[in-house]
Amino acid sequence: MTGAHVIKQSEAKNLRLTLTFCAIFILALLVPMLEQVYYTKLIARISVFAIAAVSLDLIVGFSGRVSLGHAAFFGIGVYSAGILAQFGIAQIWLVMPIAFLVAGLIGCFIGAISLRTSGLYFIFITLAFSQMIFFIAQGLRMYGGDDGFRLPAATVWFEGVDLSQAKVLAYTMLGVLLAVTYVAHRIMSSNFGQVIIASRDNSRKVNSLGLQPYPYQLTLFTLSACMCALGGVGFANLNEYVSPASISWVQSGEFLFMVILGSAGTLLGPILGAAAFVTLEQILSAWTEYWMFYLGVILMLRVLFLKTGLLGLISKQGA
Amino acid sequence: MSQSPILETVDIVKSFGALMVTDRVSLSVYSGELHALIGPNGAGKSTLINQITGELEVNSGLIYFEGEMINKVTVAARSRLGISRAYQVPQLFGSMSVAQHLIMAEIASKNQGFKMWAKSAGLDDLSSSQKSILQQVGLLHLASKPTAALAHGEKRQLELAICLSSKAKLLILDEPLAGLGPTESEQMIELLRSLKSHFGILLVEHDMDAVFSLADRVSVLVNGAIIASGTVEQIKNDPLVKSAYLGEELDVH
Amino acid sequence: MSLGLFIEQVFNGLQLGMILFLMAVGVTLTFGVMNLINLAHGSMLMIGAFLIAFAASTVHSFGLAILLAMVMVFALSWFIEKVLVKHLYAKTHLDQVLASFGLSIVLNDGVIMIWGREPLYVNLPSWLEGPVQLTPTFSYPLYRLVITGVAILAGLVLWYLLTKTRLGMQIRAGAEKREMIGALGVNINFLFTAVFAMSAILAALGGVMLGPMISVQSGMGDPLLILSLAVVVIGGIGSLKGALYAALLVGLVDTLGRMVWPSLLGALVGNIVSNAAIYILMALVIAIRPSGLFGRQLQ
Repeated sequence: MTGAHVIKQSEAKNLRLTLTFCAIFILALLVPMLEQVYYTKLIARISVFAIAAVSLDLIVGFSGRVSLGHAAFFGIGVYSAGILAQFGIAQIWLVMPIAFLVAGLIGCFIGAISLRTSGLYFIFITLAFSQMIFFIAQGLRMYGGDDGFRLPAATVWFEGVDLSQAKVLAYTMLGVLLAVTYVAHRIMSSNFGQVIIASRDNSRKVNSLGLQPYPYQLTLFTLSACMCALGGVGFANLNEYVSPASISWVQSGEFLFMVILGSAGTLLGPILGAAAFVTLEQILSAWTEYWMFYLGVILMLRVLFLKTGLLGLISKQGA
Repeated sequence: MSQSPILETVDIVKSFGALMVTDRVSLSVYSGELHALIGPNGAGKSTLINQITGELEVNSGLIYFEGEMINKVTVAARSRLGISRAYQVPQLFGSMSVAQHLIMAEIASKNQGFKMWAKSAGLDDLSSSQKSILQQVGLLHLASKPTAALAHGEKRQLELAICLSSKAKLLILDEPLAGLGPTESEQMIELLRSLKSHFGILLVEHDMDAVFSLADRVSVLVNGAIIASGTVEQIKNDPLVKSAYLGEELDVH
Repeated sequence: MSLGLFIEQVFNGLQLGMILFLMAVGVTLTFGVMNLINLAHGSMLMIGAFLIAFAASTVHSFGLAILLAMVMVFALSWFIEKVLVKHLYAKTHLDQVLASFGLSIVLNDGVIMIWGREPLYVNLPSWLEGPVQLTPTFSYPLYRLVITGVAILAGLVLWYLLTKTRLGMQIRAGAEKREMIGALGVNINFLFTAVFAMSAILAALGGVMLGPMISVQSGMGDPLLILSLAVVVIGGIGSLKGALYAALLVGLVDTLGRMVWPSLLGALVGNIVSNAAIYILMALVIAIRPSGLFGRQLQ
C-alpha cells in the first residue's frame, strides 16, 4: 500500500510534525479574521473536504480497503441538513447528531455486507451501494430530483449566528475537523487501532492470535460513515444547496484523490491532501476553464511517479 | 505428564473431492511432552495442522482440547483457549515493530481489542515476562525494530516469541528449523527443549537431528495416514517408516 | 400493456444487453488477464461516439467514417497503454482506481477542449433510417436492429478470435488463470497491449453505435461503465460466457424493470428502484455468490 503508515517515527520528527500542524491550524484560524469572504469560504471548503478525507483514510489507509462509495455518507450529511431544514429543524445540535446517526445506521448496514469482501469486490460493492443511494436521492422528486434544491435554512448555532455566515461556517467546520481528527487519532493509537492495523497487515494472523477482525472493521467503518456525514452538513451550508451530485462516484473518486495526494494512513496527510486539492482546484480554475483536465493529469502523475503523498514527502525532508 | 492429553484427535478425515488428504488420523499431545509429526512432503502435515487450528474444517472425526470438543470452534476462539501456532512462513505484521507484535498478542489473548480511547502499550510498557520472552529468543535488543529490518532467522524467532506470549497451552510449531544455519539450529533446538516443561508441543519437522533429540513421541504421516507412532527408538527401527522414507532421512549420525 | 410494446421492450433490452456486453468483455478481460481495474473504460465509449460524430461530419461515406473512427481509437488506445497503463499492472488496486479515474477526467475534459460543451449529434445516413416491419402489427427501428446485428457480429468475431487463434487461446488462458501466461512463454507486453486495445475498441464500437441514438457529450460513457462493472460482477470476473449472459440479463432486467417497477411500486419508489435495481442485484451477487454466475474464485 503506497504511503503506508510508518510505525513510530522518532520523537523529534513527531514533535516537528505536530508543531507544523499546530502552526498551520493557527494560521487557518487567523484567516477568517481577515474578513475576506473568499478566503474564509476557502478555509471552510478545505475543512469540509478534510473531514471527508480523514474519515475515508480510516478505511483506505488504516483498514487497507478502497472504498469507492464514501460520497454516499457525505451526501447523507448534505441531505440531512436540507431535509431537516425543510421541516423547520436547523439547530446545529440537532442537525449534526441526526446526520451522524443516520449515516451510522446506513454505514453499519453497508459495512456489514461489504466487509465480508475485500480487494476488488469491496471496491465494487461500495460503489454499488453508493449508486443506490445516489439514485434514491436523484429520485426524490419532492426534493428536486436530479437538480436538488436550495438549502431552506442555514444550520443555526443560536439566534443571529448561523452557518450562512462565512466566518461562523469556517470556525465551525475547523472545530469539527479538529474533533474528528482527534477522535480518529485516539482510536487509532488505542488497542482497537492496533487490531485494525494488524488486520490490515495480516488478518490470518490476527485470527490465529485470538481475535476476529470483522467486528473491529465494522465498528470503524460505521464511525467513518458518521464522520463523513458531518462534512456533508458543512458542504450543504457552504453551497447553500443540496444535490445528488455530492453522492456521485466522481465525488468518491475525488475523496480518494485527496487521501492519496496527502499520504494514506496518516490522518494528517488527508488534511494536507484536501487543502492541496482545493487549492489546486481554485488556482487551476482561475487560470483555465479546463481545470479538471489538469487535475486529472496531476492525479496520474502522483500515482505514476511518487511513492508517497505530501505528508510522506514532508516527513522525509524532516528526517 | 498428566493423565489426559490436552489435544486429542479421533479419526479425523478430510477429502478434497475424491482426494483423501487426511485419513482417519488419531493422535494426542500431553502437556509437558513434545510430540513430533514427521512425514515426506505432500503427506498432508499442513492440512492436518490447519484442521487442528480450525483454519480447515474436518469432514468427519473429532478434535478435543482439554477434554472439550472443538470441531465447531472458530480459529480465534481456539487460540484463546490456548492453541498457539507458529507458521512455517512467519506471519508477521509488516508495519509493526518486534515489541508491538508481543503487545498485539497480549491484546488478543486478553480480548482487550475494544479499548478504543486509552493509548495502547508501547515499547516502554513491555512487561518483564514479555521482555524475558524476547530475551529467550534473542530479540530483546531488536525490540524497537520494524519487521522489514529483521533478517529471516530473526523473523522466525519473532514468530515463536509471539506464540509464547499468549496464554498458550499447546504449541503447534510448523518447521521452526527450516532454513536455519547450523548454529541457529542448535540454538533453536535448545530453546525448544527449554519450552517442553511449560507447554504441550506438536512439532512438525524435517530435521531428524532435532526430532530425535527433542521428541518424547513421534508420529509418522504418509499419504494422510499415521503409519507409525511411538517413541524415538521405536520409530527409528520401524521397517514401515524406513521404507516410507526410503532410508534417506533416517540416516542420522 | 400490449404485446407489441412488450416485444419492443424485449428487443430494446437485448440491444442494451449487447452494448453492455461489448463494454463488459473489455472489463472482464483486462481484469482477468492483467489484473487491471480501469475506470476510464467509459471514456473510451465516449471517445468512440465523438470520433464517429467527427468522422461522419468530415467524410461523406458513413461506412468510411466508422472505419476512420475505429482506426483512431485503436491508435489512441495503443498510445494510452504504452504511456500510462503498462505502468499500472504492478501497482495496487488503489493506484489503478486513481490513475484510471485521473485518465477518465482527462479524457472527459479533453473532448470538451476539442469539441466544446454542446452535445454533438450524429446524422444517420438515409439508408439506416426508418422502421422495419417485422410483423404486420409490429415495426422496429432499422438502426436499432442494425446495431444489435453489429454487436452480435462483433461477438462472433471475438468468439472466433478467442477460440480459433493462438493469440485468443493465450488471452483466454490468461483470463482464467493469470499464472499461466508466464508458463505459456508468451510475449507478455504484446499480449497485454493487445488485450487493452481490444477492450478499448469494443467500448468505442459501443460508442460509435450509440452515437446516433443519444446525444454525444462528455461523460456519456460513465453510467454505462458502472453498469458494465455490475455486469462483470454478476457474470463473474474473467468469464466471457458470464459477461454475455449477465449482459443480456442486465439489459433485459433494466429495460423491462423500468416498465414494471413504477406500476408495482408507484411512481416515486418505482423510479428509484428502476435505477437502482441492477446495483441491488450486484450487491446481492457479491454478498451471496462473489464469484458470480460463471467466474473463478478471486484470490
